[in-house]
Amino acid sequence: MNELVNFTIDKKECMSTKGKYLVDAAAENGIYIPTLCNITGIQPRGACRLCTVKVNGKLTTACTTPVYNNMEVENESPELQDLRKSIIELMFADGNHYCPYCEKSGDCELQAIAYRYRVTVPRFPYSFPKREIEAGHPLLAKDHNRCILCKRCIKAVKDDDGRSIFAFARRSHKLTISVDTRLSHVMSPEKAAYAAEICPVGAILLKGAAFKKPIGERKYDKKPIGTELEM
Amino acid sequence: MKNSSHIKSKPVIATTSLAGCFGCHMSLLDIDERILQLAELVEFDKSPINDIKKISRPVDFGLIEGGCCNSENVEVLRHFRDNCKYLVSVGECAMMGGLPAMRNQLSIRECLEEAYLNSPSVQGCNEEGIIPSDDELPILLNKVYPCHEIVKIDYFIPGCPPRADLLWDVLTSLILGTSPKDQYSVFKYD
Amino acid sequence: MINSLNSIINKYDADPTRLMDILIDVQHKYDCISDEAVTFLADKLNLSEVDIEQTLSFYHFLSKETRGKYTVYLNNSAVAGMFGREAVAKAFEETSGCRFGEVSSDGLIGLFDTSCIGMNDQEPAAIINGTVFTRLTPFRVREIVNGLRKGLDPVDLQDVGLGDGNNNLDIIGAVVNNNIMKIGPVLSRDYKPGEAIRKIIQMSPEEVIREVKHSNIRGRGGAGFPTALKWEFCRNAPGSKRYIFCNADEGEPGTFKDRVILTELPLLLFEGMVVSGYAVGAEEGILYLRYEYKYLQKFLESILKMARRMRYLGKNILGKEGFHFDIRIQFGAGAYVCGEESALIESAEGKRGEPRDRPPFPVEKGYLNQPTVVNNVETLCAAVKVVLKGGEWYRKLGTHDSTGTKLLSVSGDCRFPGVYEVEWGFNVSQILEMVGAEEVQAVQVGGPSGTCVGPEDFNRTLCYTDLATGGSLIIIGKNRDLLRDIVLNFTDFFIEESCGSCTPCRVLTVMMRDKLQKILDGKGCSKDLEDLEDWGKLMRANRCGLGHTAPNPILTSLKNFRHLYEGLIPGKRGFDTGFRMEEALAEGRSLRLEQLKLQDHE
Repeated sequence: MNELVNFTIDKKECMSTKGKYLVDAAAENGIYIPTLCNITGIQPRGACRLCTVKVNGKLTTACTTPVYNNMEVENESPELQDLRKSIIELMFADGNHYCPYCEKSGDCELQAIAYRYRVTVPRFPYSFPKREIEAGHPLLAKDHNRCILCKRCIKAVKDDDGRSIFAFARRSHKLTISVDTRLSHVMSPEKAAYAAEICPVGAILLKGAAFKKPIGERKYDKKPIGTELEM
Repeated sequence: MKNSSHIKSKPVIATTSLAGCFGCHMSLLDIDERILQLAELVEFDKSPINDIKKISRPVDFGLIEGGCCNSENVEVLRHFRDNCKYLVSVGECAMMGGLPAMRNQLSIRECLEEAYLNSPSVQGCNEEGIIPSDDELPILLNKVYPCHEIVKIDYFIPGCPPRADLLWDVLTSLILGTSPKDQYSVFKYD
Repeated sequence: MINSLNSIINKYDADPTRLMDILIDVQHKYDCISDEAVTFLADKLNLSEVDIEQTLSFYHFLSKETRGKYTVYLNNSAVAGMFGREAVAKAFEETSGCRFGEVSSDGLIGLFDTSCIGMNDQEPAAIINGTVFTRLTPFRVREIVNGLRKGLDPVDLQDVGLGDGNNNLDIIGAVVNNNIMKIGPVLSRDYKPGEAIRKIIQMSPEEVIREVKHSNIRGRGGAGFPTALKWEFCRNAPGSKRYIFCNADEGEPGTFKDRVILTELPLLLFEGMVVSGYAVGAEEGILYLRYEYKYLQKFLESILKMARRMRYLGKNILGKEGFHFDIRIQFGAGAYVCGEESALIESAEGKRGEPRDRPPFPVEKGYLNQPTVVNNVETLCAAVKVVLKGGEWYRKLGTHDSTGTKLLSVSGDCRFPGVYEVEWGFNVSQILEMVGAEEVQAVQVGGPSGTCVGPEDFNRTLCYTDLATGGSLIIIGKNRDLLRDIVLNFTDFFIEESCGSCTPCRVLTVMMRDKLQKILDGKGCSKDLEDLEDWGKLMRANRCGLGHTAPNPILTSLKNFRHLYEGLIPGKRGFDTGFRMEEALAEGRSLRLEQLKLQDHE
């Protein structure tokens, strides 16, 4: 069943298993494609659009596209680099991302990818939206200022009956994540910790767990995100 | 004529702190002994470091710490823009408003009332409920602005504060016209 | 409340995939879906409260707060604005004593904006508790609101007389007019119900697909995918069941031709679904109908009943052993994006109308993960004619690449707005002449998601390879302020209707709008025009058609009407952040004065 396929990324010969999502297949071949909404092993949803690549000349997301034979992928072209940089910039301009006092700083994937792309100021004006911080859940705090609406918590954290603990509410630029009041109150500490861990930014925080690691020892202090799998 | 163009004067630097905490200036001092090299490479005009209050000649590099929270900040920033060839936003506050911009979610009234009337730290010490006000004080802007949302900014040095090594790297490359080392470990927002 | 909630849930077998129907019924009964109702539904359907709320809060016509005993949804499309919407809105506010977005203090009337309700040929129009009111004036508004105050039902306030054709039937009873201006093969009066079904049951499904393939007909929704190919893919995809969806969610502002088909030729449409079902091997058809057309519900259900009686629907259709097919109506609840086929399917499954990632395509994994065809209303109607008269006959109509006819919905500045069925290949000038439009500044071809063209492009032809269109043509006269009245309105439409899932669509459309506003405010610079062009390109990274086309109002007007933008940039300056000291200080200054006064007082 595990049929092998050959394909290229930026002209580099690659090999993987047919049907594997491109972002994972690329990683197997030592190529990093940045993602913010993806979690390997969980049904992807192509929400952040950061992993946008060109497959046979057409824009698509690497997290949702299965690999097949003779596929030609463009990943690091100046056009795609700029597109990704602009998406990162959009997220910074759209939220209230105050890295200097954020608990997630240094471990934040949004920040790490911005570092990798050397983002200084966004080309878009800052919108300084008015957003809430929900601290009423027993184990978690939800800071909507930092939420990038990537859907990771929605997809990955369900209760034992498969019901959503996190879900989208509303639509358009009014889109937000809501946390189920009843279910968050019976959530296990392990599940809460998992939710905080998979949040790529500091939008889901485990209460009483902040600032444990000193500056210099955080995940992305020394090496850019993605280098761990790059050859 | 030919000779005199060879005797190039040193580039001139001016710095200022708007709505900032002077942390970025402190970080500039953190380049330690390299400050002597810097003094050889450039001349300083207006700066809190030498306490020169006014720009006195055409400036090559203007370094701005802090964003703009009031009318005076804007005037100083515009004065720098008018007199500096290159303007550099230094640090998070200049680049995105920084901590002062936390008030951008509030109206000015809400902000002042929280600061002077309602917050726990003023309870019992402002019995008359006075919000300081005087014509001599600059007027607050509706929000705290990043500098590049007011005037054109040419370069950005991130960090809170920018690491001394990053400041050194960017400044020397700007002065000497070389490319910066662009080290990952010093490119930070916090 | 619990009893009636229970009966609503039981009506749909407590099936969470029928959540849309359940929520719509609850909204109808209580004018809102309260916290209590959400909790009750969650427990009965074994979902969490946020599961219910994520669907509920997605749709414009569903609400947790009460929207008043009488809820007015006033269309805010650009064409409504062209025909006096502002005065009408003001009259509504004055007579009901509340602003738009609010409910009057006595709870009687709620006023809400809504995106195009498919009445662009008779604007300004509004829906009040399901009843459509067209051609509103401030005078009519006062009559209506006074009537509601007196306790009259909206249905009884249609005293301007009912519309033409079937609109006049008791079972519809709407003031809506069809405005059919030109008839072609699809709208022709020669339709004999059941004829196509009688014909296809003598053919194999493959033969039906072959005939349709020969006609070269392509999807009429706008994207133009070859219809027969869609059917074939679906037929050949592995699955335990197959589904036919008719997309009757026509939400593209300025489109209303499906409304006319649904009113005048519903049986033709249902027959098209039967034909498609036979070709594909599906036994279940679902008409996904936009909520705005709920006034047609009883009528359409009566036609379905009749079709069952005639044995066009049901088991062993017209005696053909093993040919089973039936149709149900699935209502949307106010979301333009649900016109995108995978979003439509999500919505029909009781979820938020977020487009899916592809692959897999709906023909492989669609409704309930089974192979699914989604066809436009017009496509299905045309397919009936193709089956009857042959693919060869059909391909002689229109042009080589774009065969057949197209129903155009024409609105805006012209003497004869309405529905025109024309062969593909007409150019814009010919159409303008046909509809009585002079002094034309611009034509919006294909609605907001299409192209805004000026006179230099009026020789271009309507077809899939030049000016593609789902049928909306909005004519903009010379006296209109194109950027403020049209481009800004369309951009606001896309902002409101984005599902919000993709970052660029959710965030960048708003930023492009703000940039346009900056230019309109006289603070623009030439860099802003470059930015708009560059930013527009980034929108190609979005997942679906809405996201791809959301910058089109700005991009196409910038391309074809650049002088309008440049005229707004003072002194052709190259740089301006838009910061104005006096504006930024206004709030601080007034506060300062207030404080100084207080000090003086003391």
